[in-house]
Amino acid sequence: MSIIVFCEFVDGGFKKNALEALTYSRKVAQEKGEDLVVVVNDSDFDQDVIKNYGGKKVVTYDSVPVGDSRSTAQILSGIVEQENGSIVVLPYNSTGKGIAGQIAVKINGGIATSVNGLPVEYDPLVVPTTVFSGKATADIRISSDKAVLGLQNNVLSPEESPVDECEISAYQGDVSPHITVVRQESVTDDIPLPEAEIVVSGGRGLKGPENWPILEELAQELGAATACSRPVADSDWRPHHEHVGQTGVTIRPNLYIAIGISGAIQHLGGVNNSKTIVVINKDPEAPFFKAADYGVVGDLFEVVPKLTEAVRKWKSS
Amino acid sequence: MKIIVCIARAIETTAKIKFKNEGREFDDEGVQYILNPYDEWYSLVRALEVKESLGGEVTVIHVGGADSDQIIRKALAIGADNEIRINAEVRSGEEVPHLLAAQIRNMDYDIIFTGQETVDYNGGIVPPMLSALLDLPFIGVVSRLELDGTTATLSRQIEGGVEVVESQLPLVLSATKDLAQQRIPNMRGIMMAKRKPIEVVEPNSFESSVSTAGFHLPEKEKSITYVDADNMDELVRLLHEQAKVI
Repeated sequence: MSIIVFCEFVDGGFKKNALEALTYSRKVAQEKGEDLVVVVNDSDFDQDVIKNYGGKKVVTYDSVPVGDSRSTAQILSGIVEQENGSIVVLPYNSTGKGIAGQIAVKINGGIATSVNGLPVEYDPLVVPTTVFSGKATADIRISSDKAVLGLQNNVLSPEESPVDECEISAYQGDVSPHITVVRQESVTDDIPLPEAEIVVSGGRGLKGPENWPILEELAQELGAATACSRPVADSDWRPHHEHVGQTGVTIRPNLYIAIGISGAIQHLGGVNNSKTIVVINKDPEAPFFKAADYGVVGDLFEVVPKLTEAVRKWKSS
Repeated sequence: MKIIVCIARAIETTAKIKFKNEGREFDDEGVQYILNPYDEWYSLVRALEVKESLGGEVTVIHVGGADSDQIIRKALAIGADNEIRINAEVRSGEEVPHLLAAQIRNMDYDIIFTGQETVDYNGGIVPPMLSALLDLPFIGVVSRLELDGTTATLSRQIEGGVEVVESQLPLVLSATKDLAQQRIPNMRGIMMAKRKPIEVVEPNSFESSVSTAGFHLPEKEKSITYVDADNMDELVRLLHEQAKVI
């Protein structure tokens, strides 16, 4: 038996979530005494990275974009069969959300998504998952022989575990395309919100889109992505893809700085799995303070520029 | 154009999250259920727009017990033509696509709309599983859809942007924000919805291999450290030395 992990090679590299999935799978393989098989969607990938994180066996395929979720799921399911896979691990990002469920059907396995930690039991498999937009954890038990696990971001830190040799083979199964990728359009040149380690987010307290530069300056200084609350997106102060919350994007960065956001329960649902939350608000009764690790009560128009300055000073020291 | 829209119910987003039966079950006492917003605001409305421009009919399918009729009537009030309820209490998200597929296999359709996930359990597995069970292409988290004959052009959201893809019909898509604008049902729609019969079908049996072993709430309320508004150097120090996030 083997653990199959999908590491997407994108724009000439592996993203952090691929290395998280690889680390997770290596630990699961070790615990179960099974082999680890890494699947990469490009035979011209960076082997050093996979070897550095403990991948001894790699199966590659080419020329099928991940946007063709049906063909991608077909290939992965074929590899699961070929390698006698037991558990399939993949990041639950836009790619994973498209293919995880399809793989589960094709291999006749159980599925758990938004997995937020290593299995708590192995026989049968029990994994913790995030539900209710981060307000609770559900332990999901999968009693079938095969399982598909979709991992949240930041589920663990990538850990190096170098190996000397890596056996690479190309998948020989038949693949017919189903969906054509026409083009990709970036909505931003900055860091994509779901992958950002630090997020600076603004609410109605900023009073209008013309005041966003003070927030953007802080974000730039921290290397952070920018986000906003729902009323801000609904008023078209900011684009909808920046809206975090229960009906927007759910994120779990290392640091979330909420500026002028009162903290409605739907907003908290989208961010309360962030490792550290800083709340800046002039209203000491703002509900967001209850979910915060650090709070600053004050006028954001004074506090934020001071914080930006303090970050600048700290960086140059 | 024959259009199928799969709708789910979800726990209202401000509901208090609590559990019963030693943490094995969600306690829904006093909790309101709503038509899942991704299904209602984006998926259903875009389906209705397609029908309005190309003709055809919109059939809504839902897996649930009789207490789901309220959300089904809402979908009818917004403008769906027909409604089928598969009479089953849902025990796992895995069960839903199997029951839906068993029903849809007996139907004629050109396109199947779903929402990207329910706003309570957030699994998002029903749409891709349904597509695999029906052996159809799947495009997830779609914010734009244009149809030209039997070719669909869709924008799916990816990290940092969108990807434009083309697929032949039939297909399964899951809707997200921007696919359509929310419609508020009018009085005429609400009155019509009351008179429309809901077709109830009995489910195929399906044994799920997935179950919930238990729920947990976060450990406890966080303890907050307040930092003086005039001392942002201290906040930076805490974030660096104590929280270790910068």
